[in-house]
Formats: sequence, C-alpha cells, structure tokens
Amino acid sequence: MNVKPEASASERTPPALELRDIRKSFGATPVIRGVSLDVHEGERHAIIGPNGGGKSTLFNLISGRFAPTSGSIVLCGEKIAALAPHEINRRGLARSFQITNIFPRLSVYENIRCSVLWSLGYKYCFWRGVDKLRDARERTDRILEQIRLTTRRDAPAGVLTYAEQRALEIGITIAGDARVILLDEPTAGMSRAEADNAVALIRVVSQGRTLLMVEHDMGVVFNLADRISVLVYGEIIATDIPSRIRRNEAVQSAYLGSAADA
Amino acid sequence: MSGSREVAAPATVFAGVAMNWANRHKQWLAASLVLLALPHVPGLNSDFGRSLLSQMGIAAVFALSFNVLLGQTGLLSFGHAVYFGLGGYAAIHFMRVINHGLPLPIPLVPLAGAAAGLLFGILFGSVTTRRAGTIFALITLGIGELVYAATFMLPGYFGGEEGITASRTRGPALFGLDFGSQLQVYYVIAVWALIAAMLMRAFIRTPVGRMCNAVRDNPERAAFVGYNTQRVRLFAFSVAGLFAGLAGGLHAINYEIVAADSVSALRSGTVLLMTYIGGVGHFVGPVIGALILTWLQVSLSGYTSAWLLYLGLFFLVTILFAPSGLAGLIMMHGSIVHTKAFWRVLRAYAIALVPAVFMGIGAVILIEMSYRVSTQPELGTRMRIFWITVDAASPWPWITAIALLAGGFFVFRKTWPIVAVAWNRATDEAGAVNMTAQRR
Repeated sequence: MNVKPEASASERTPPALELRDIRKSFGATPVIRGVSLDVHEGERHAIIGPNGGGKSTLFNLISGRFAPTSGSIVLCGEKIAALAPHEINRRGLARSFQITNIFPRLSVYENIRCSVLWSLGYKYCFWRGVDKLRDARERTDRILEQIRLTTRRDAPAGVLTYAEQRALEIGITIAGDARVILLDEPTAGMSRAEADNAVALIRVVSQGRTLLMVEHDMGVVFNLADRISVLVYGEIIATDIPSRIRRNEAVQSAYLGSAADA
Repeated sequence: MSGSREVAAPATVFAGVAMNWANRHKQWLAASLVLLALPHVPGLNSDFGRSLLSQMGIAAVFALSFNVLLGQTGLLSFGHAVYFGLGGYAAIHFMRVINHGLPLPIPLVPLAGAAAGLLFGILFGSVTTRRAGTIFALITLGIGELVYAATFMLPGYFGGEEGITASRTRGPALFGLDFGSQLQVYYVIAVWALIAAMLMRAFIRTPVGRMCNAVRDNPERAAFVGYNTQRVRLFAFSVAGLFAGLAGGLHAINYEIVAADSVSALRSGTVLLMTYIGGVGHFVGPVIGALILTWLQVSLSGYTSAWLLYLGLFFLVTILFAPSGLAGLIMMHGSIVHTKAFWRVLRAYAIALVPAVFMGIGAVILIEMSYRVSTQPELGTRMRIFWITVDAASPWPWITAIALLAGGFFVFRKTWPIVAVAWNRATDEAGAVNMTAQRR
C-alpha cells in the first residue's frame, strides 16, 4: 500500500487540519469528549467507529455547522472554530453530506456551477452574465466529466438516481477547489459496483488535496486511506496507518471485531 | 474586385453582428413591437383602453419584482407594496420639484422611485432577510403595517388621506411631448416596463441571481459552497425593492397622485395574487397574472360590486387546480401541442366546458342575488343578470340557480375521466416522440 512517511511529512509542513481538545455537548450530554487530531497536507485520512460515536458531529464541528463547546480547530494555520460555514468554506474547506444535500430544482450543470462561483472570485457579482464566465463554464464541464454526469447536465438534480446524486454530492464538494475535503459516508447505500466507482472517483478527485472521510465500508477505508483514526464515544482511541490499525487490540475490541481480518 | 470587397466587408460584418444580436434577442424585439402596436389595436385604442394598458404595464413590473423574491429566491413577502408605495411617494415629490422648475424630463421620474425602492429595500431588507420562511413573512407583514401607519403619522411627506399630487404636464418639453395624453403616458410606461423586464431577466442570469435560486433550493448547501445566504437574500430583496419602486414611480406618472393605498396590505396582497395566478416558476408568469388580474379589476368592477369575491374564487380555483399558475398550465400544454392526441384533449375540454358553463351561470346568479339582497337592499329585488331579468324575492331564480350549480357540477365531474384519458394519451405520445428523438 502506498503509505506516506508520516513523520517526515508532519515535520516539513504544518498540518492541513489541526484539532486540539475539541469538545461538544448537547445540553448536558457530551458527544465529543476531547478530540485532538492532525490531518497532514495531502493525506487521505479516514475516521471510523461505531454508530453514535460522534463521527458526523465531529464533521459538523469542523465544517461550521455547529460551534464546538471548547477547543481549537486550525485550517492551514488559520483558526476556524465557531466560524460560519461560508467563512470556513472560503478558507479552503469543503464537505459533503451523508444525506444527499443538493439543489434539487436546479439542473446538474447549475448545481456544479453554483459551487464554483465563489472560489473563482465572482462572489455577489450582478453585472456579468453567468453564462459568459468562461472559467466557470470550463471548470464546471471538467467536473461534470470527472463525476461522469456530462450526459445528465440538463436534468434537474432532483430526478437523478441515488448513485448519480451521490456523485453530484461529491462534485459539489470538490467544485470549489478546496484544499481540504471532508466526505461524510460517500458510499453509504451504494451497491458494490457503485461503491467501487465512487472509490475510483474519490481517488481521482482527492489527488493533490487533503481528504478526511467518515466511512462505514471497511473495504473502502482500507483501500483508500493513508491513515485511520478510530472514534469511540467521542474520543479518538487510535490513529495509525491501516495495517497497524488492523492489529491494534484496543480497536479490535472496541469496534472492528472480525472485520479487521476482511 | 478587391476594392469592392474591402468596402463590402465592414458593412457585411456590421449586418452580421446586427442579425446575430436580433436573433439572440428576438423575444425582446417581438415584445417591443407588440408594446408599440397595442394602443392602436381596435378596442384598446381609446383612452380607456390605453389607461388599462398603462395599469397593466405598471402591474407587470410590480409582479415581476415580487417574483424576484418569491419565485427566484423562495421568499414570501406580505409587504411588497411598501417599496412600490415609497417609490411612488419619492417619484411624486420628484415630479413636484420638476413642476417647480427643475429642468429634468418627466420620463426620468420613475428613476426617483427606483432609487427610493432600492434604498428602502436595503434598509428594511437588512432586517428582514436575516431570516427566511415564516419569520421572514411575518417581519415583512410587520414592516408593511408600520409604513402604512407612518403615512398617517407623517402627513408632511405622505399627505395623509388625500396623498400627494403633482402634474406630469408641467415639465420641460422633450421632443415636443407634453405627456398630456394617455397614449404618451402609455409609451413612457411601456419603455420602462420593457427595460425593467430585461434587467430583471438579466439579474437572474448573473452569479448572484443564480445563487438566489440555489438559496431558494437549499440554503444550507449554498452556505457550504461559500455564500452568505443572508447576503444573497438581501441582494434579491434590494433588487425587488428597486423594481417595485420603479413601478411605483410609473404609478405616480400615470395617476399624478400617490396616497396611502399604494403602500397598503391590500396592494401587497394583490401582487401576491397576480404572481401566484400567473405562475411563480416561469419568468413570464407574473406578467400573465398582472395582465389578467388588472383586466378583471378594471372590467369586472364595472359589471358587478361582488367583483372581489369573483377574484377570490378565481385565485382559489387557480391555486387548487393549477398550483404552478397559468404559465405552468401553458407550459404543460406546450409539451403535447404537437401530438395527434392533442385534438382529443381539446375535444375533451370542449365537452367539459359545457357543464362548467352551466355551473358558472348558477354560481353567478346565486352570488349576485345574495349580494343584492344582503348589501344593496335599497336597489330592490328585481335585477338583470347576463341577459335575463330575475326577481330575488321569488324562490324560482334561487331554485333554478342551485339546480344549475349542482347539476352542472355533477355532469362536470362525469366529464373528468374523458379529459384524463385524452390527456394521458397525449402525454404518452409526447413521451414516445421524445424517446425516439433521444435514441436518434
């Protein structure tokens, strides 16, 4: 497996994403209980763990959907904890959603194009026709090709098949060319063949970026990830390369069980 | 030879560019030709007809501006007349300044309305657009009431009950136009309406206009691709305010008076009805709604004092049976108009129309007689409805009307399967045609 020499990587550059003692409680219930994690520049990092372990909550804290109760989140040297989602996105972090979260009445093409506009600097531009923006058009076309939806470009996103919507979900996430990508269960609900396609797609689109993903499918995780963190009851009990995660006894007893042999 | 080619080339290029431009904007060219010709069409070439057309133009701009909020951004406002009315007041004051000697031509007056609409759109919008959905709707309702109350509290600016008047004829002459005739006023309105429609169409096709659609569809995702959804909503709100203010300015020129009714909840409700009846999902929908409702307001009110009731019924029937509005209905038929089964659909409609007409006649007789008896007893019980004279004191007209309504409804229900069968056949055929077209 193609594993990066992690020690030297972390010495050379600061981590792309750095979590320090993140805590989150809903009311009196602690859900995230002091998570610290470094995701290195350019690595593919997976978070696994049992249901209710806090994986999705952690994603929501990083991406700004919720503010953490305490702790710091640093994205490429900038503090982003408790910023609004759009502000975090503008600083170079994009995420996908476990439950498909697209623009249902817009065409597939418009879905992607809306997602490239800010990063290309068009912001709240109201004096130029959006169809005349060549760079937006070119990037949108390129992403449609990557996610293999070119032939569906004019269909309203709401009528796509489930697998197509999942591909569009990833397309929207990568369209803004963010340096750090968070994918929340990208292959959930897919057939084996669809999941294989999705893995191939994720491999391509995460090239040159930092990827943090939550995934239940162990085949996908061990196939794709450079490093794996195991989140159990709001705490990370291990972070390591896949081969050592498989052998880790604490992980096996807490979560993996026989799946580690798969 | 080569010399003549050199001379011809720029002319050819110019002609080519012009043709290309005309081709890309042919719907606007067609619209301007229609607007140019309308006040000379028999039936509309009277002062009444031209006044009706002028009102339609104003309503169309107002409804289009409302749809920037409702259809494009998914924001339901109950107080859009605020921007129409405040634009109207700004325009009428501006017109008074011109009356007192400011050397600016009268057709520029709507710009003062647009500026005021934009200003108040930004001002009130920065409060209202913090929220979407129900909270947004309630805040707009509150601001509407607030501004309506202000028109009576600040009589110096708003003129109280009587409103503010000005004269559109007392300004510097422009190409010999004095704007005394309704025809000239119509053309001022038509030109501004066309410009406003083109600009609003263009706005939807800008980056921020597209993001309005995205925020309407899914505000959360719009935030996660980098957009501050409040800011996007504020843009939509300000643009809607600007064009509502422009419509208010046209209103000021047309009537030479602006009063409290221009900011009233009634006007806010009317523009909502127009937009919904026309269809929020299509750009021309609000225009269709504005034309029909203005026509109904002007003509129905001349025939019956129960016209508001008919308007309400019309609205109910539209949102119940055609939730995508008249434009949606037209688009639905556009997809089957080329099929052979389309004629079956038309025939089915004709069959269903017969009992529907009887039903309608029964309903109208009932409504008119009830209205007469309960609200205008001083006029007596004998009355003319359509071409018949009835006496509301006698039971027979009531029995006949109820029989027409109930019987018509019963038969009408029986015709629905005929329509449904014809419709399904036509859509099947249209679907098959599409499939073969795709396969090719």
